Amino acid sequence: MALFEGLSEKLQNTFKSLTGQGRLSEKDIKEAMREVKLALLEADVNYKIVKDFIKNITDQAMGESVMKSLTPGQQVIKIVKEELILLMGRENEKIRYSSQPPTVIMLVGLQGAGKTTTVGKLGALLKKDGKQPLLVAGDIYRPAAIQQLKVVGEALSLPVFSLGDQVDPVRIAEEALKEARSKGHDVLIMDTAGRLHLDEALMKELATIKAAIKPDEILLVVDAMTGQDALKVAQGFDEILDISGSILTKLDGDTRGGAALSLRAVTRKPIKFAGIGEKYTDFEAFHPERMASRILGMGDILTLIEKAEASFDEEKARQLTKKMKNQELDLEDFLEQMQQMRSMGPLQEIMGMLPGMNQKAMKNIQIDEKEIVYMQAIIQSMTPKERRNPAILNGSRKKRIARGSGTDVPRVNRLIKQFDQTKKMIRQMSQMKGKFPGGGMNLPF
Amino acid sequence: MIKSFFEKMTRGLVKTKTQLTDRLDNLLNQYGAIDEDLLEEIEEILITADLGMATTLGVIEDLRAALVEKKIKEASGVHDVLKEVLLRHLSSEAAGLDYEAAPQVILVIGVNGVGKTTTIGKLAHRFKARGRSVLLVAGDTFRAAAIDQLKTWGQRIGVETIAQQTGSDPASVIYDGIQAAKSRKTDVLICDTAGRLHNKKNLVMELGKIFKITSREYPQARLEVLLVLDATTGQNAISQARAFKEVADITGIALTKLDGSAKGGIIFAVMEEVGIPVKLVGLGEGLDDLEDFDAATFVDALLS
Ligand SMILES: Nc1nc2c(ncn2[C@@H]2O[C@H](COP(=O)(O)OP(=O)(O)OP(=O)(O)O)[C@@H](O)[C@H]2O)c(=O)[nH]1
Ligand SMILES: [Mg+2]
Repeated sequence: MALFEGLSEKLQNTFKSLTGQGRLSEKDIKEAMREVKLALLEADVNYKIVKDFIKNITDQAMGESVMKSLTPGQQVIKIVKEELILLMGRENEKIRYSSQPPTVIMLVGLQGAGKTTTVGKLGALLKKDGKQPLLVAGDIYRPAAIQQLKVVGEALSLPVFSLGDQVDPVRIAEEALKEARSKGHDVLIMDTAGRLHLDEALMKELATIKAAIKPDEILLVVDAMTGQDALKVAQGFDEILDISGSILTKLDGDTRGGAALSLRAVTRKPIKFAGIGEKYTDFEAFHPERMASRILGMGDILTLIEKAEASFDEEKARQLTKKMKNQELDLEDFLEQMQQMRSMGPLQEIMGMLPGMNQKAMKNIQIDEKEIVYMQAIIQSMTPKERRNPAILNGSRKKRIARGSGTDVPRVNRLIKQFDQTKKMIRQMSQMKGKFPGGGMNLPF
Repeated sequence: MIKSFFEKMTRGLVKTKTQLTDRLDNLLNQYGAIDEDLLEEIEEILITADLGMATTLGVIEDLRAALVEKKIKEASGVHDVLKEVLLRHLSSEAAGLDYEAAPQVILVIGVNGVGKTTTIGKLAHRFKARGRSVLLVAGDTFRAAAIDQLKTWGQRIGVETIAQQTGSDPASVIYDGIQAAKSRKTDVLICDTAGRLHNKKNLVMELGKIFKITSREYPQARLEVLLVLDATTGQNAISQARAFKEVADITGIALTKLDGSAKGGIIFAVMEEVGIPVKLVGLGEGLDDLEDFDAATFVDALLS
């Protein structure tokens, strides 16, 4: 469904015919709001939340500044994004540690949301923070759920408390708390069985556990791919448990993740963490602002910058930034950056975070890890002059390079095309630069 | 059987006590003549059932046309027409599961946590109840305790599970399974696979390899490739179906967790755009909570 290729683009198009006239009518704004509505619905934000949201931003968009702006599309985007961030919460919120340890954390949620894995990931994260968590196997229903937590605990060198699957979870919780106290664990993280918010008996079980161990944090674990139902699920769990926040899992998928917004809007509780992969370290603090961009299809540029900053040589990056600014980037830099990007994680993932890199755009760029080996061979078969100025590559030069690198001309052409696209992207990104706070822009290429 | 599908799917609503009667009928009762407001409310029902914007707009358009054609002007006539239109969008020639064919291999795939392993347990139970011999293969060698989970189901049902160690090559386990099924003349071989996100190229390619091995090593067997989709999933289910279809000839969908409050409307787009029929629905965590898909019941529950 190529219907919703990213809201920025859409709005830009909606307003394109109008630039020059410089003024917008109410009808134009309505049209723009329709685009926003479609984009949010396509991102799985709940219908009711979208309705309220649109009502809210329409008034603002009708304001002077947008109507008179020369770049109304960007103005509208800005309003939408700011409102989204307001709704999502601006800052990441951390775990509230109890003044009287152990801090008791309980994870709850639907079946298959990812609770058990998340118990392990959270435990590992808090351990890195200097805590000594005790994991508690409270899912007595799903076959092998206890065994799963035990394996996770072992892999992470975290102790797991279990009484098997024949003991009432409420008692497991109570005994675990005693154990945490007596063994000096300052954090207890309790896994619970997945359940439907509609299941009265099992919801009551959670309420009883809550009453028994009085958790400092009850975190609702939600699959980022959840659709419209996210609203009812969040409502259901919050109503009975008064949750303290939530965790969004499977964000390494390609979902836009509108569920995050529904979740936040109905519970008014912060989303604290995000699961971003199958490895136990693939877990991080949740950043509302980035999520807002993602829902809008604007790419997760902040995450990209952070990743880039974390794994790049400062000095090299500075040189590169300068080169980029002066549009002097050459194929040698390109190759080097490609190689560096590999150390940042799968290329696809990185590319996906770039604004404008929706699936369609990704198809054009598609940099296979294997491809890099070819790239290297091709670039190394070029003369220094060619590397600095690929524009001189004519047919016979390409043939020579193809032979020298053991590839073929189409491959050489593909590389040149990718290089050009990268340059174009860099140009786009440096134009966006001003919009992002602290955007040092030490970009990977 | 069909009745229980509907009951389970709507049980949730009854439980919440907020909507004891049909949601659509409630709406229609408030209207006399059909107007734009009504159509917008219907749009809301469809979108909140996860049909997605494109499908919803298509359905509303068809509904308009059908109402004009049938000269229906009163809200009271809308229910049947809407149901008809929705059914038209869901129609497919594909048959359900083949409970008779033997030997057959059922390969079960999907993203993490959708209900693959549980569905296999239920499936094995169904085939066994129909007198078929069944063998399970623990093709999820990645997730912690995934093998134990499948084995537990196997024991519960009384069927054997072929397995290797966690961390071993899934294709090789499945190969083992095929050899065992051949030599024992097992009717139905059901293979579990690790949950994987569809945008992880390597993992999807691994699945492609598993699919190839299965079709190559056991050409005499009827091959059923079931994609498991979670009814709670939103628009992302379309890209899941697309990506998996690129590496395996998916023959059907098992739509799970319809016992919750999610309606699973995403399958309209999956059927229309990706062209895969729904064959099974999951309605709970018990052995018997699996039913053959029935479009009319599904639509009824969706509008309830
Ligand atoms: N309510 C409900 N729960 C279900 C249904 N099908 C599966 N589940 C539950 O969903 C959870 C995940 O199911 P699994 O069968 O482990 O899912 P999976 O796809 O094999 O998961 P991975 O192998 O980890 O990717 C379990 O708690 C199941 O009991 C269903 O139809 N309804
Ligand atoms: Mg499984």
